[in-house]
Order: sequence, then structure tokens, then C-alpha cells
Amino acid sequence: MTSEAIQARLKQIVKPYVNNQQNFENLTSESNFINDLEINSANLVDIVLDVEDEFDIRIENDDMEKMMDVEATVGVIQKKLTTK
Amino acid sequence: MKSSEIISKLPYQEPFLYVKTIDEVSDKFIKGSYTFKASSWFYKGHFKNNPITPGVILTECAAQIGLASFGLYLLSQQENINLEQVKLAMTSTTVEFLKPVLPDEKVIVEAEKMYFRFNKLKSSVKMFNMSGDLVLRGELAGVILP
Repeated sequence: MTSEAIQARLKQIVKPYVNNQQNFENLTSESNFINDLEINSANLVDIVLDVEDEFDIRIENDDMEKMMDVEATVGVIQKKLTTK
Repeated sequence: MKSSEIISKLPYQEPFLYVKTIDEVSDKFIKGSYTFKASSWFYKGHFKNNPITPGVILTECAAQIGLASFGLYLLSQQENINLEQVKLAMTSTTVEFLKPVLPDEKVIVEAEKMYFRFNKLKSSVKMFNMSGDLVLRGELAGVILP
């Protein structure tokens, strides 16, 4: 799967947790979940669980710690998909 | 981990401890109880001459059983965890209140685990009075760190 395709699916996953709609509409690979999208840090766990369901992968603690912005999250998903 | 041990390790004390018993606990489910003493501090103000347990206190009771006690038990099932100084934070609540709870009423709280991942516990909770009526239902989430 291309990183563009992953990012498009990720955008739908984070949508319900976003508090800054303007930054969400202008989402880029650099968008940070907490600083830019103003997502409650506790909801990062929900995003990770939704990512697991959407892509049928398993995220571990050290992966989770990296998943703070779009680019890093897409990277983790891509790596998991290739080793699946 | 025994029920009395769970309660002794909770980071609350009077007048803000809202767990009296833990009656059942497993990896999926917890059941506990509490009796709201008529002498409790909040009845004097909620409401004037008409004491009713505040919804926020019912929510706290549901959370102390369905998140804090449950989370302590789930953490205790993991290896090499020190439970002496756990840190708790409630992160979200979605609750409905269906019946009032009056002074000296006992309630039973039942909580089912929705997930416990990355130190976040999300539970589906129900609170019943002694007639078996549902008084509160909802979903609570919190973070628990050893």
C-alpha cells in the first residue's frame, strides 16, 4: 500500500478525535496529533486500536511511542504491513 | 490479588473513598459495592433540605470500582509491577443517570472491560440499587500507571 493510501485511511480514523478542524482539513505528513490536531493524548490509544482494526496489524508499546504525527504513524503502519 | 488487597492499594481515603466491597473480579469483569452514608459531606448542599447523591459522586463511585479497582487488578496480573504508588487519571466519561440515589442507599457497580491497552482502561459500567433498578450506565476511561 502506498503511503498516500495509508494516510488517506488514517485521516478517516483520526477524524472523530480531532479538535482543530482547520488543521485537520489541511492535514500534511508533518501534522502532529496533539499539537496540531489538538487530540486528547488519552485518545491516541483509541487511534492506535482503530489503526489495528483497519489494517489488521498489531501495534506494540515501542511502536505506539513513535506514533505522534502522521508521517511516523504511516511509517509504522507500512512497516507492519510489509512484515505481516 | 484478593479484594481486600485491591481496596487497600487504592490511592483514595475518606472522605473520598467510594468503594466498600469488591465481590467479584476477573480479567473481564468486576463487581463491587458502596453505601452512601447519610452523614456524607455533600448531602448538606445537594440539595438544600432535599439530600440526593450528586451524579458526579455516582460517577466517581462507578469509576473507583470500574476503573481504579479494576485497573489495579489488571495491572497486578502483569509481571514485576509495583502497585504501591500507582498513578491514576480519569480521561473520559459518558454516563446516563436513570434514578436518584438517596442517603444510606447501597449500590452495586458492575463493569466490563472494553479494552486495557497501553495503560488505558476503558470500561462499560452499570450501577444498580438494592431493588435491582439500573441507576447509572455508561462508559468510563482512565489511565493507570504503576
